[in-house]
Amino acid sequence: MTAPDDPRAVVEAVFREEHGLLLAALIRRCGDFERAEEALQEALAVALERWPTDGVPARPAAWVLGTARHRLIDGLRREFARPGKEAAVARPELDPAARRASEPDEVDAFPPEDDRLRLLFTCCHPALAREAQTALVLSALGGLTTREIARAFLVSEATMAQRLVRAKRKIRQAGIPFRVPAAEQLAERLVVVLRVGYLVFNEGYAASEGVALLRAGLCDEAIRLARLLVELLPDEPEARGLLALLLLQHARRDARTAPDGGLVRLRDQDRARWDRAAIDEGRALLEGALRSGRAGPYQVQAAIAAVHADAEDAASTDWPQVVRLYDVLVRLEPSPVVALNRAVAVAMASGPEAGLAALEPAERSGALDDYLYLHATRADLLRQAGRAAEARAAYERALALVTNGAERAFLERRLAELGE
Amino acid sequence: MRYLLLIASSEAEEAEMTPEAMGEILEGYGRFGAELEGAGAHLESARLQPAAAATTVRVRDGRLVTTDGPFAETKEALGGFYLVEAPDLDAAIAWAAKIPSATYGSVEVRPLWEEADFEKPAGDLAR
Repeated sequence: MTAPDDPRAVVEAVFREEHGLLLAALIRRCGDFERAEEALQEALAVALERWPTDGVPARPAAWVLGTARHRLIDGLRREFARPGKEAAVARPELDPAARRASEPDEVDAFPPEDDRLRLLFTCCHPALAREAQTALVLSALGGLTTREIARAFLVSEATMAQRLVRAKRKIRQAGIPFRVPAAEQLAERLVVVLRVGYLVFNEGYAASEGVALLRAGLCDEAIRLARLLVELLPDEPEARGLLALLLLQHARRDARTAPDGGLVRLRDQDRARWDRAAIDEGRALLEGALRSGRAGPYQVQAAIAAVHADAEDAASTDWPQVVRLYDVLVRLEPSPVVALNRAVAVAMASGPEAGLAALEPAERSGALDDYLYLHATRADLLRQAGRAAEARAAYERALALVTNGAERAFLERRLAELGE
Repeated sequence: MRYLLLIASSEAEEAEMTPEAMGEILEGYGRFGAELEGAGAHLESARLQPAAAATTVRVRDGRLVTTDGPFAETKEALGGFYLVEAPDLDAAIAWAAKIPSATYGSVEVRPLWEEADFEKPAGDLAR
């Protein structure tokens, strides 16, 4: 670990933790995604240059925002000083961007007004390609690097950089607004935002880069976003369902990683280390959502997590109830991944051979051929069923796909145990 | 911003419509035009003659090549357009959704190049 006052570490922390807040504040100022991003990047570069000699300021994020705002104003002034812009220079009050950027009263306000929800709806606009939406949210609100996002999506860094550039260009060219949509467009738009929030959480829960199994920052970011959604849309049960689901999963974070950084599976976790406050909050949210009588995929998944939270240990879990909830989920949201999770529950309720049989539809679809967890699950069920040779082949297949160090160590340990 | 709403629909499907159904669509267009006009968003609009009336022109190596028909033979053909003034894409999408043909054909929403866009070279973002 680096010392907390190491300037580079502080810049990285600001970049990660405050990225969404800073970027959203800058976009509101200048009305342009890319210009705001550029100003933020420049400010961080200045911080990297100055802080090692000048020392880290008392409020690093406020310093970065102030510097970025000055960069924005300088940039706009340069633009208006160009030939053909004389009229605007003479009357800058006529140009809304210049007017907003030079409002002095706001310059040192920190924290700025929270505009992350607007930014979220902009990034999740349905006019953007699906694959671009999550990438944009991870970049703009999660503060992830292009490289990390590329890894999460299993594409090259160059491909991801191109995807992000294209999406931001479309935001500007097509006039995608920086605001929360009107009531009649909200339902359609919310589905996308919820899905992206869930994917951001997953990226934090099983970070694809490095050995840190759980990057709490991203999970916290997803939970914060889900909280904002619940606050803003109190009558939307799926927003509550999503927050409940994230809280119930996040409650297991301390029990999920072994002291050596290894992965501890749900059934082996020390449940005394689960975060009871988070579980209680998640359960209360879920109950509130279910009372609306409008069930949705997030509420059902939260209900599954709540069944686990109710049980003393894996053996006493109400597995038949988990299977029933997965049956509902398969109807609401049929997908090979849901079928895979259902198969795991079936195995717990009725044994590994039943689980392997339930896995067949997911395997047959072919959509999961390169999905790590299909092969890891198959390997585990085959091992439990005493089919060592087939299990070995499945573990090797999974190891060829794994990118997370902790998960790799777990799979290697299992494979080694088989060999003995 | 200015947005061009390009309306594409299946001419074959329209040919099979009952006169009543077609009449309803045309009435819908009347109401849509009035609403657009009332909101001050209407800049220009037109209904196109069928794709069979189209001629496509290309100049290759200085030689004029004219062909019968539209750019590409597709199931849905360009049937008309509206040029609207809208504050942002959401507003343009809301107008597009009110076009009667959107219920059976499709509407492409295309922003126009505005003066500000000409100041930025198109490639400047890819650097």
